[in-house]
Amino acid sequence: MSARGERRLGAALVAPAGAALALVALGPLLATAWLSLRHRVPVLGEDRFVGLANYGALAHDARFLGALANTAYFTALAVALELVLALPLALALHHAGRGRGGIRAAVLVPWILPTVVAAKLWALLLQPDLGLLARIWPDGAGAVLTRPRLALHAAIFVDVWKTTPFVALLLLAGLQAIPEDLARAARVDGASALRVFRSITLPLLRPAILLALLFRSLDAFRVFDVVFVLTEGGPGHTTEPLSLYAYRTLLRAGSFGLGAAISLVTFLCVVAIGLAWLSALGERRPAEAP
Amino acid sequence: MSPRTAWTIALPYLAFFLLPLGWLALTSFWPDAELARPLPSHLTLENHAAALAGGGLARAVLNSLLVSGATAALALALAAPAAFAIARLGVRGGRALLAAALAVSMFPPIATAAPLYAALRAARLLDTLPGLVLPYTSFSVPLALWLVTGTFRALPLELYRAARVDGCTPLGAFRRVLLPLAAPGVATAGLLVFVFAWNELLYAVTFLTSPSRRTVPVALALFGGEFRDPFVVLAAASMLATVPVVAIAVLFQRRVVAGLTAGAVKG
Amino acid sequence: MSVAGVRLELESLAKSYGGVPALRGVSLSVGDGKLVAVVGPSGCGKSTLLSLVAGLDAPDAGVIRIDGRVVNDLSPRERDVAMVFQSYALYPHMTVRRNLAFPLDVAGVPRREIAARVEEVAALLGLAPLLDRRPAALSGGQRQRVALGRALVRRPKVFLLDEPLSNLDAALRLGVRAELKKLHERLGATFVYVTHDQAEAMTLADRIAVLRDGALEQVGTPREIYGAPATAFVARFVGTPPVNLVAPEVLGLPEGPIDVALRPEDLRVSREAGAAGLAARVWLVEPMGSETWVTVERAGARLVARCEAAFDAPPGAPVRLGFDPRRLQRFERETGRRVVPDRPG
Repeated sequence: MSARGERRLGAALVAPAGAALALVALGPLLATAWLSLRHRVPVLGEDRFVGLANYGALAHDARFLGALANTAYFTALAVALELVLALPLALALHHAGRGRGGIRAAVLVPWILPTVVAAKLWALLLQPDLGLLARIWPDGAGAVLTRPRLALHAAIFVDVWKTTPFVALLLLAGLQAIPEDLARAARVDGASALRVFRSITLPLLRPAILLALLFRSLDAFRVFDVVFVLTEGGPGHTTEPLSLYAYRTLLRAGSFGLGAAISLVTFLCVVAIGLAWLSALGERRPAEAP
Repeated sequence: MSPRTAWTIALPYLAFFLLPLGWLALTSFWPDAELARPLPSHLTLENHAAALAGGGLARAVLNSLLVSGATAALALALAAPAAFAIARLGVRGGRALLAAALAVSMFPPIATAAPLYAALRAARLLDTLPGLVLPYTSFSVPLALWLVTGTFRALPLELYRAARVDGCTPLGAFRRVLLPLAAPGVATAGLLVFVFAWNELLYAVTFLTSPSRRTVPVALALFGGEFRDPFVVLAAASMLATVPVVAIAVLFQRRVVAGLTAGAVKG
Repeated sequence: MSVAGVRLELESLAKSYGGVPALRGVSLSVGDGKLVAVVGPSGCGKSTLLSLVAGLDAPDAGVIRIDGRVVNDLSPRERDVAMVFQSYALYPHMTVRRNLAFPLDVAGVPRREIAARVEEVAALLGLAPLLDRRPAALSGGQRQRVALGRALVRRPKVFLLDEPLSNLDAALRLGVRAELKKLHERLGATFVYVTHDQAEAMTLADRIAVLRDGALEQVGTPREIYGAPATAFVARFVGTPPVNLVAPEVLGLPEGPIDVALRPEDLRVSREAGAAGLAARVWLVEPMGSETWVTVERAGARLVARCEAAFDAPPGAPVRLGFDPRRLQRFERETGRRVVPDRPG
């Protein structure tokens, strides 16, 4: 087969995967954008082009603004906590020597659990009558999921519980990519352990940290499962994130145009976050990461 | 940091991650009548039996197995040839496809839910398991593509060239030399896709409406709400829904870790 | 076992990658049963040359002929060439036996014949006891033999070898080099042997092609390449220690737009007081066992001489240099081309 034939074969092999991405991901995304410019409520038989009216409505929609704030707060706090908690764990894993596999398998369990199960687990733990918290602290347990601020923080807590292991494993991969001789050389040069961490490990870990922040913040911003199970957005709509508001607008209220507009705003936020982190990563393209 | 220090740091984490699960396990064996007591006098399987009674949860586990298995198989069937072509055949636009796949994997699922809902209804696939497998597959292709492309790229280029000089066609070299060598990476990709499909909630709760078609996350998310099951039965149901993926995590932890960090760090 | 060699001809081969030329019009003809060594520094295009001949890459321009037939548009499997890779490229998931059988298996050779030919090659290369092992369980030298065997088993018209010895440790390399030479003599097949090691090329090749920046610098027998290099680059590339290439005034000759080259064995160093010759000072003495390499300084330049083993002198010691002017080579300083001496009388 000639080189040209080889390229043609390559194109034929790539086509199905490309088509799958285009048909079920990019196509629907464009359709969502188009839908967001329409007023469409199938049950009422309404369907007309309204331009940016849906977005205009969102700008004055207190529930939407609340959802946006909830999502942003959830993302920022959850990701920050996960990073802070994951770094010591990653270092411990890196230096644990024998038995590292055991710790790794153990911390993998929360991450691999369905988020629904993680949320259910904590819902049961926080259950005001019979949960573990109620046994330890009977007076406080009732408040956790019924007070808005506490409920949102409970959702953040569950996300931190479930996802810190993932961040730790990402950072561990970054740590393992740093040549050991660098730390040894620095020790020989007279640096203390703390100094080695500050001057060698941390700077070289920067790309891994930024990548973890990138992946986690994009993931956290589309939060749905935890809140759906733990608080159902309540009390009221006080813990409702964008994905859940969009879901309810689309499927419970059947207002497709408005739901699409919320979805698209969510998407654009994700794009903005992604681009911000990518520019922080600088010239390093994801494909060349360690 | 000495291993001793490392373990000292790791132990609180282990407690934090595992004790809640231990409590869940204990609760699932806790006789309902003894819930008021600080500890149960004996353990029972009644709660698990009750969770499975009515068949809803068992049915959901079966549905999830079918959906996750089919998703993993389809995603690999699409991704492996494409990954080979990108890694070894010098396809034009290969990098662009990888970048597009990465972008797609970052989509919030809600951003495509409405048109997919309409399309599935038009194709009469709404509320069917295949109707869930299709979007799952296309959202798993990015992960599979990145992992398997990475695996193929990690194989020495000379092996492919040697197979070609030894008389293989490009596809022959793929089938006889590269694919057997990439098997561990391909298996890892399949495992992670399986776990993704097993855990997914938003699409499942959107596209499936009949109780008999629910997957595990949907069944569990709606479990307490509908039946007002006792506390301990909920705990048992959560335990049962967890067992398959936890088994995967423990049995294949090395592969899963390699895959999730490669997928995330490279992809 | 022997293989009928065929003629391999390359005509004006050109190839560039992403606008960077790797080969710029290379023409080379390898006679049947000959071993031609393609040498040059890394990045000179020698691996590209092999890829084009093997059919792993398509040339931008030029013609490749094997046994008189143009093979440009043929796939590797249709060209009937075998290749030994630098990393050996043994299939790690197959035993030695299946590695050896692989090309025959792909070609659809009957099972019985495959077994016979694998046995034959295994016997020839001493691989018989290793047939059921995997490559990971072999030493470097054994892997190298398997790679060679996998090429031999097909009885191809042309063997392509890409730096086949460079992954062996120094002690093993000389032995395998000698074996390779005997094997080539016995098979009588056409070999194209790519290496960056001029000593390998000198000892193995019937002819040497020196490649530089994608173009041929010179093609000739090892003796021609060493004794009458066409360019200063070729002169410098072959020989250990490398040739002394200096301005003529360093050797007491009239200035001119040329450089002169003198092989280290042609430079005599004498410590005897009052000896004739050019004054110089010792800079470094390197005993090699059978001989001693002496670097001297003169007129701001350093020259190396191969002296007898017993030679010794402290750095800075005054010495006298002597040489036979007939042994000098002259190269235009601008172009590096050899100046053919017009000898009076």
